[in-house]
Amino acid sequence: MNQNNVILNTLTYVVFFMIFLFSIHIFLAGHFAPGGGFVGGLLMASGLLLLYVTFDLETVRKMLPINYSILVAIGLLFALGTASIGLVAGDAFFTHYFNHFQLPLLGDSELHTAMLFDTGVYLVVVGVTMMIIESIGGDQ
Amino acid sequence: MQLFILFLPFLFALFLPLIKKWGKGHLGYYVIPIPIILTVYYSSFIGKETQYESISWISALQVKFDSQLDGLSLLFSLLISGIGIFVLFYSIFYLNKKERLHQFYMYLLMFMTGMLGVVQADSVISLYVFWEVTSFASFLLIGYYYEDRISKDGAFKSLMITIFGGLMMLGGFLILSNVTGTMSIREMTAQAAQIEQSSLFYVALVLILLGAFTKSAQVPFYIWLPDAMAAPTPVSAYLHSATMVKAGIYVVARFTPIFAATAVWGNVIAIVGVVTLCWGSFFAVKQKDLKGILAFSTVSQLGMIMSMLGVAALVSYTNDTSTFYQFAAFAALFHLVNHATFKGALFMMAGIIDHETGTRDIRKLGGLLSVMPVSFTVTMLGTLSMAGVPPFNGFLSKELFFMTMWQSKEALPLGTLVFAAIWLASIFTFMYSLYFVCGTFLGKRHTLPKRPHEAPIGLLVAPIVLLIIGLIIVFRPNVVADLLIKRAVVSIQPTLFESASDVGVHVSLWHGFSAEFLWTLGVIVLGILGVLTLKKWQPMYEKWPEKWTLNTLFNQVISIGDASFTKWSRHVMTGKSRQYFTFMLGMVSMLLLFVLWKKGAFAFSWEGASTIHIIDGLLVVTLVAGTIIVLKATTRMTAIIALGVVGYCVALFFVRFQAPDLALTQLVIETVSVALFLLVFRNLPKKIKEEQKQKGKWLRLLVSASVGLTVMLFAMAAYSQKLLPTISSYYKETVLKEAGGGNIVNVILVDYRGFDTLFEITVLAIAGLAILGLLRSKKRKGDARDESK
Repeated sequence: MNQNNVILNTLTYVVFFMIFLFSIHIFLAGHFAPGGGFVGGLLMASGLLLLYVTFDLETVRKMLPINYSILVAIGLLFALGTASIGLVAGDAFFTHYFNHFQLPLLGDSELHTAMLFDTGVYLVVVGVTMMIIESIGGDQ
Repeated sequence: MQLFILFLPFLFALFLPLIKKWGKGHLGYYVIPIPIILTVYYSSFIGKETQYESISWISALQVKFDSQLDGLSLLFSLLISGIGIFVLFYSIFYLNKKERLHQFYMYLLMFMTGMLGVVQADSVISLYVFWEVTSFASFLLIGYYYEDRISKDGAFKSLMITIFGGLMMLGGFLILSNVTGTMSIREMTAQAAQIEQSSLFYVALVLILLGAFTKSAQVPFYIWLPDAMAAPTPVSAYLHSATMVKAGIYVVARFTPIFAATAVWGNVIAIVGVVTLCWGSFFAVKQKDLKGILAFSTVSQLGMIMSMLGVAALVSYTNDTSTFYQFAAFAALFHLVNHATFKGALFMMAGIIDHETGTRDIRKLGGLLSVMPVSFTVTMLGTLSMAGVPPFNGFLSKELFFMTMWQSKEALPLGTLVFAAIWLASIFTFMYSLYFVCGTFLGKRHTLPKRPHEAPIGLLVAPIVLLIIGLIIVFRPNVVADLLIKRAVVSIQPTLFESASDVGVHVSLWHGFSAEFLWTLGVIVLGILGVLTLKKWQPMYEKWPEKWTLNTLFNQVISIGDASFTKWSRHVMTGKSRQYFTFMLGMVSMLLLFVLWKKGAFAFSWEGASTIHIIDGLLVVTLVAGTIIVLKATTRMTAIIALGVVGYCVALFFVRFQAPDLALTQLVIETVSVALFLLVFRNLPKKIKEEQKQKGKWLRLLVSASVGLTVMLFAMAAYSQKLLPTISSYYKETVLKEAGGGNIVNVILVDYRGFDTLFEITVLAIAGLAILGLLRSKKRKGDARDESK
């Protein structure tokens, strides 16, 4: 659709990457500032939705050949796997671990297993939203 | 180890799909080591003390899985694993490699664990769980040929009846555990006197008997067993004659020490058993299907064993050890073993005849003697044992049965009449046995669906070996008795016998011309006469109107239930989400209001509330206006935009109340959902139908108003009276120290309440898949319709 809408097309190229980066930012910021996997995932999905609105379904599928059902499955595995770390380590289910590390470029950072869990949430949210949108959009 | 072995078949079943994929040859060859291992393992327990092992399941409720191997459990375990070997061996030759063997063996292995679990459980919950596993496995196996209507109906019927019984039994168990405060059968037995004092004693008694009678196919619940013959023959030989149907007998035997404190237990069991014995043998002569004859014969033999257990319970009750009938329990278990050998073999023979001729209808069969001499010999030997003719193992136990019943005349109500009845039933037993052999092998040969020929040796091995075991029992009956049966008797009647050596019974083939032998002779003479005149009186069975049978009753109950429930659910489940919401929200509102009123919790207090800024007022006005526009809009476009306004207003409220996380989420969700609406927009009619909205308008108005009111009242009440300190202070204290985070909202999501989130995303994924499936199936239907045009 919208093949003649030059302004929208051009803007989408720029805006999509901004949304994408912002979603990553929001996702990473989650533990200390507003944000998190859920919002980040939704933002990402809305960015993808923008692509769908601008270009048609086939084009987007060619650009991003992602099977969203598998993305959902990976997300669930991430979440469940993180929750099970505690079991392997001999603690209760869902025990999180964290510590501070000196990372190159980033400096003093806190690494937290909750982030892995949040990654699962992120992937599931993106996957499910896109799955629904794709199937409804594909229905037409 | 004991528990591991118990679960071994089940665990092995999990690997079947892999073996099916990569293994070569018939799947049965891979499975057959399992019952062999089990048999060898359980054989090592012969003569040992009772062994016990358990693993906790729900420790707070004392629920555990356990395995207890005393005499009774061991006898049954050996029966299950031993017969299992023969059945599996037979199935390798009986079932075609191309069938869904992995499913077949998976169900069979599942059954094996279930059945072993039933007979080894000491915890009543464990017993119940395994009991249902056997019912379920039986259901799956009967319905193995699920394309076939008869299979499906038979499976359904057996499930309905046995699950009904199982649930009743669970009720009985719970009463017992409530009275005694324990889940263990051993501890219950120790408190038998206390149980008898309980007012619920008879309720528990009836409930447990219901479970036992449904499973062991006693009158009037037996109707599922003939229909279960739709299962593949190895299943009939295994589940529906040798093992599963004896679970009820096991339960009766196991609970006799608890319930034998009254005469009712023994009397009820004995009478039901005798009635079943007569009923089954009487109707077996009517059957036209070979497996049907055997099914009714099984019903009748189960009744016989049941009646002997009833007498055994009476002995425990009276403590009368003066006469022979004190050995009723011994006779019952001895016949149980014999029955498993000959009935297993006969079922396999029926399967062989079906396999080689293509039919099981006795009217079409006949004259097979000349083409299938080996099969004839095996069948003949099996039937003679079943008929109780000397010198076969069936005769040994039948004679014990006669002796027991004759001498217990005084103990049973209407004892003489009961004896006359079982004697008549024995004549019928003899008749259906001969009818089974003669109808198949003698007489004129008819045209058959297949050209009949002798069965391959592989098929014949299992029944022949079973018969040989039967013959060994004939020659060495006391070896089997001493090794297995006497110890089992001690478990049933602990008050009478201290140890196995106290059971002073000696089985011998020849007692001289005793009364029992004369009874047997009478049975044989009258039986032969009956078979010779069979053609003359068999049609009399057809005189009984079809309307007045138990099967018709069952079908009617089911169809009436079906119809009324369908009507009710059609009435409630209209498929209109508007109606569902009315139900749900109305209920929520009513419940909350009820709680508020009941607890006197209405309260209003503005203390500590923040002041209302002019911006808040504006937001509220916009919000209300947006909502009204949504309701009043005539085109969808307006409605969607107004809905968006409502959503963004809510997001702004979050911003105002300093909840950036919520605001952010709300904003993005609003955006995505408006975009989604745009996607589906084209498929919807532009105008919103008015007439649909009008129906039931006032009710909906009432419900929505009351929901709004309730929520407001609830929020006010919660705000005005704080009984406990809020949890936020706890979060504030621990968030950095223990959870290593700064944003409480997010840390709650991923850490404090991570479980919730895990389930939420799982639900989300399931919902997504459901939507995908729904749309795809709709699409496929649409495609099919297009093609049909």
